[in-house]
This record gives sequence, C-alpha cells and structure tokens, in this order.
Amino acid sequence: MWWPRPGGRWGDVADFLMPSLGADMDEGTILEWLVKPGDVVHRGDVVAVVDTSKAAVDVECFTDGTVEKILLPVGEKVPVGTPLAIIGDGAPEPPQAVTKPEPATKPQPLASPPVRTFAKQAGVDLAAVHGTGRGGAITRADVEQVLAPRARRPEPAGVRVSPYAKRLAGELGVDLATLPGPVLHARDVHAAARQPVQAQRPQAERPQAEQSMRQTIAALMSRSKREIPHYYLSITIDLQTALEWLHEYNRGVGVQDRVVPTALLIKATALAAAKVPALNGHWVGGAFRPGDGVRLGLAVSLRGGGLLVPTLADPGALALNEVMRTLSDVVARARTGRLRSSELAPATLTVTNLGDLGAESVQGVIYPPQVALVGFGAISKRPWAVGDLLGVRPLVTATLAADHRASDGAIGARFLDALDKLLQRPEGLR
Amino acid sequence: MTITYREALREALREALTEDERVFLMGEDVGAYGGCFGVSLGLLEEFGPERIRDTPLSESAFVGAGIGAALGGMRPIVEIMTVNFSLLALDQIINNAATLRHMSGGQLGVPLVIRMTTGAGRQLAAQHSHSLEGWYAHIPGLRIIAPATIEDARGMLWTALEDPDPVLLFEHGSLYNVPGELAADAAAVDIDRAAIRRAGGDVTLVGYGGTLRTALTAADELAADGVEAEVVDLRTLRPLDEDTVLDSVRRTHRLVIVDEGWRTGSLSAEIAARAAEAALYELDAPIERVCTAEVPIPYAKQLEDAALPQAADVVAAARRAVG
Repeated sequence: MWWPRPGGRWGDVADFLMPSLGADMDEGTILEWLVKPGDVVHRGDVVAVVDTSKAAVDVECFTDGTVEKILLPVGEKVPVGTPLAIIGDGAPEPPQAVTKPEPATKPQPLASPPVRTFAKQAGVDLAAVHGTGRGGAITRADVEQVLAPRARRPEPAGVRVSPYAKRLAGELGVDLATLPGPVLHARDVHAAARQPVQAQRPQAERPQAEQSMRQTIAALMSRSKREIPHYYLSITIDLQTALEWLHEYNRGVGVQDRVVPTALLIKATALAAAKVPALNGHWVGGAFRPGDGVRLGLAVSLRGGGLLVPTLADPGALALNEVMRTLSDVVARARTGRLRSSELAPATLTVTNLGDLGAESVQGVIYPPQVALVGFGAISKRPWAVGDLLGVRPLVTATLAADHRASDGAIGARFLDALDKLLQRPEGLR
Repeated sequence: MTITYREALREALREALTEDERVFLMGEDVGAYGGCFGVSLGLLEEFGPERIRDTPLSESAFVGAGIGAALGGMRPIVEIMTVNFSLLALDQIINNAATLRHMSGGQLGVPLVIRMTTGAGRQLAAQHSHSLEGWYAHIPGLRIIAPATIEDARGMLWTALEDPDPVLLFEHGSLYNVPGELAADAAAVDIDRAAIRRAGGDVTLVGYGGTLRTALTAADELAADGVEAEVVDLRTLRPLDEDTVLDSVRRTHRLVIVDEGWRTGSLSAEIAARAAEAALYELDAPIERVCTAEVPIPYAKQLEDAALPQAADVVAAARRAVG
C-alpha cells in the first residue's frame, strides 16, 4: 500500500504487511526480524520469519527501500494485513521546522462524497479504513467492514465442530478445545476419546483431572449400556493344575522373576481371544471389525478412585515372564500417571480382575467400541466335584460380557471353553 | 419373470380391472392408442370402451369427472399424460379432491387414483420435463407415491385403490423401459414406508422415483472407493416416512438428498429441514442436496444432462459429506 507522505514531499513509503501465507491463514506471529531500521532492502529479500501456526515461513519484501520503522515486536500475533514495518525510499525527513505540517495537510484518504457522508454518520474515521477501491479509494463496503466485521465476514473463529461431534464430545468427555481444526468430525472426537485424558496429568491438576476421568468413565459406560446389548456368560475354572505348575515354575526362578496367577490368566485370555476372533475387535458403523491382532486392555483401578485401561500389545505372543514383567511395569506406571503412548492405543478386548478384593465374579460393562470384556474373580478354594468325589480345589470364576450385535452366546461359550482348556494345560502358557 | 416397468404397471391395471368392477381407467389416448407411454396397450380390447375410456383433451374436465365418479362409489383411475398437463387440473385436484372429506365433515371421500408421468431426461424440453410431485406433496388431503422399482410399479396401484382418499401416482418417464425381475406371486405392497434399497454405514443417499437409480449408481461408485452408502427410496412422498430416513441418518451421520425437483422450496428442502429438526445432533457433516439446476429444463442433450442430478454429482456430494 502506497501512501502520499506528509511533510510536503511525495516520497514513496510502503507498509510491509502481515502476508497471507496460505488460504487458511488468518493471522501470524513474527518469530524473528532479519532487518532493523536503517537497513536497505530489495524486493525479494527475506526480512522476517513468520509463524503461521503450521510452520515458520521466511517472508520476503516486495519493495526496494530502507526500513524506516519496525511496527510489530517479535512474538505478537496479528491478523493478516496488519502493518508490520514501514519501508521508505531512504530519503531523509525534511526539517520539520521549515514546512511545519498542519493537521489539515494530512493526506485525506480517497473516498467519494457519499462514502464520506456515510462514514461520518456512522462515526467511522476514514483514516482508519483500509481502501479497496480503485487507487486505494475507500468504498462504502470498506466502511461497513469496519462497522460490522463479524456480521459481514463470519470468521470461522478457530474450529468448526459438527453437531454430532459436539454431542459425542459431551458424551465421551472430550474437551474440544484441545483438538486441532479447522473442522472437527465424529472421528476426531472418537480418536481423542481413545486417548485417556488423564494419562499424563501434572500433579497440581489432579482433582480436576479426576473429575474429568469420572466424566469420561461416566460417558463411556453410559454409552456402553445405552448402545450395547450385553449378554453374560460365566465359567468356573479349576486352577489346580495351573497353580501347581506355576508353583514349580516359580521354584526355578529368582524371587524377582516369580510369576503371579494373574499373568497366567492374562496370557490365556489373549490366546483365547486369538482363537475366537469374533470377540476381539470393534463394533464400528453398524458392523464388526475384527482386531488386527490381540491388543488386550487391562483395567487398572487407581488408588484415589477411577480406573485406567492401558493396552498390552499381544501378550499371547510374549513369554510368561515377559507378560509378568510388562504387567507389573504397566500397573505401576498407570497408577503414577506415566503411561506411554503405545499403551494408550485402542485395545481390542479388555480384561478386568477384581479378585484381589475377594469379589467372586464380575459382570462387566464393555468398553466401546470393543465387543467383549473378560472378568476374573478371586481364586479361592472351594468344594468341587473331581471325578465322582468331592474335592477342594482352587477355583476362579471367569465371566464374559459380550456385545450381542457382534456375537451370539455360542461364540461367547466357545471363548470361555478355550480359556478353560488353555488353563488346564499351563505348560502351553510358558 | 423379467418384465419392464411399463408391463408391471399394465399388470397392476389389469389386476385392478379384473378384481374390482368399480375400477375403470380414463384419460387422453388411453384406449385406442394404448396410452401415450404404452402403459394401457391392449386393455381396451380386453376390457372394452366402458372401462377403458378415451377422454377429450381437457384435464380439468376428466379429472373432475373422475372425482365425481369416485364420490358416486366408483374406483376411477385417471391417467394424466404427464405432470406438466396436470396443471390444467390443479383446481380439481387441490380444491376438490384434496378438500372434500374435510369440507363435508367426513361424509364424502374421493377414492380416486391419478397416474401421471413425471420427470426429464428424454429431451422433451422445458414444458414436458417438470418434476412437480414435490408440489403435490405439499397438499394435505393427498397421498403421493412414486414407484421406483418393478415391484412397486406392480404392487402400489392396488393399495392406492384401497385408500379412501385421493392418491397421486408418479411414474418417472425414464423408467418405462427398464426391465427387472418380478416374482410370479408379486402382490400389493404397502404405500406407507420408505425402503432401504442398499445398506451402508457411511452416508445416507435419499432418492425416489427416477433418482433412485442415480443414487444406486452413485453408491456403486462410492463402494469402489470404500465408502458404503445406504440408499433410501422414499416411495411415498406424502406422508413422508421420516422415521426410515432419520434412522438411517442416525446410523451414517451424513445425508445426501437426490431430488429431480428444483432445490428451492422442494421436497429435498423438506427432508433436509426434518433432519435438522429431529436429527441435528446426529449430523457429522452439512446436509448435501443434489437437485436439478434452477433453470427451465433445456432441450439440448448436453445441457439437459448438465441440468439434471447425475450420479457423478451424487458421488461428489457424498465425498464432501464423508470428508
């Protein structure tokens, strides 16, 4: 933009403006000035680095001249079109005393009489209006732009959210302000919902984070009970063989490498899920999508309330001592809020073990969009028919809550049967 | 059994004429000429001039006569050559047929079926290419149906004749020669519910009559790209089966409406409005409408094609919606 210059001399002065560096760029931040007042610049010289919120971009100047004044400091974010610097022809200012510019000689912005009248009536100072008409003249539209910039050009202020995505965000407890725009759809919200928001919270924000975890759990579980027609099956598994085997196993290893029965149950669950893939995956868009491998979610209750479900990548493929190591590591880190991003990947099946507290069985609520949840109660010695005699055996009740949209009872029963068989041959779980 | 849409309509007429002696067909050229689109070919010979009646070229007169016959206990089927000419009978249809039950306090009903051809696509130019069924769907007192399939062409007429109030049946002109399979025991079908002609989870395409094929073609193309479109055939334009459409939207969260009517004040606008009223929080993208360009239908082939909703337009709209 070229202005006639005050002071009785028609020198060339250019405002160097915040450029638009992309169709979707509305504002930018000066990261660095590469010139200072007094520097001579040429068309094409890189004069500044601008952060467009996507990238840092070297910005060139479009005129030859001398930098007269830097108008905008580093770090300030301004809309596209804001003057950043004044680049002049380098001629010295005329001595002010000689010509003594009167306010009246200030250049009048170019505008037709009706536009002047309109601006006057509307109380708009034409000097503050950017002219877009011929020769930089101010048009009525330019004045209206100043009057009601919002009404005239609705800025997509940041991010637009589809109504469905907005509803989902409420249900799933996803904070839309944390998601990148420019348009948010349901899939973005689903993706965000799979990242537990509380995973890496700073200590100071604990109460709020716990609140948000409660809401996330509330939203997910309500959705689960609302949308998923659960069916429940249970089986009582005799763990005598498995525990005897485990006892022998533990005798042969150091104390730190000993394996607890839970690790055995987890590995068996993962292997059973691989055998009955109809329970391992997601119900998405009205159809079942089988999981690509078994990623087992592990419900970990937190001491202060709430729970996290870190994901174990294919525990069925790990050696038992590896499962054990992963298990204790993940549980410890989940409880201190230091899960890794790989452990926040969406699980294909979740397992919950409430046996520590003596609960005998779990009728679980499925974690959507998964289609099943496996629960283990306490392992306890109970009377049990062994052959035709009554024996006392260590038993565990394994339950399955499954989505009846994705599978039928027979599939669920096959899963529990597979689980039982795996646990009867513990050497196969080594 | 493979038959054409035209033959399916004729079978429906034959059945109605055979089964119910109160039924008769009247309209321009329906007798000796066999109907302008050949639907009633052979029926004059089969049922005689009392029941297959050629009328003078006065839509107002013969629609009015049909209303009178219906009031008198008959079950007339009136054929208006095309919807374009039904404008000459608007007064009879809207001021008489649609209102008499209301104005007589329920004493008089008009069990009349009016069949007419609708739609463009055959280079018949601006005066013979209207799709005005959306206009009629505005009128309380009328039921508007639009068979898009062979099965509906065969089965809708009998159900329409059972209706104690006037029913307008719209046959899209591009469908008459379309062949299709029809079960040997094909019978009457309901005229209350929309139908899902193709199931899919990613986007709902709504069409009816002539645009059902457009939507299905688009769905095939989309499927090749992994986008599963659900195609809803409205079947009945008034009263609209809102539930079927909105249930589909609740599954797919995206809605594309294909309507050969003009966009402004159209059936597509009505459906879009209902989706916004009742399912806004299910929508994951703006509703898309693919309608006829707001011009009189051009005669020139390439211009007519450009003006009408094409499968490629539907594919593009669905892609925008799916994002």
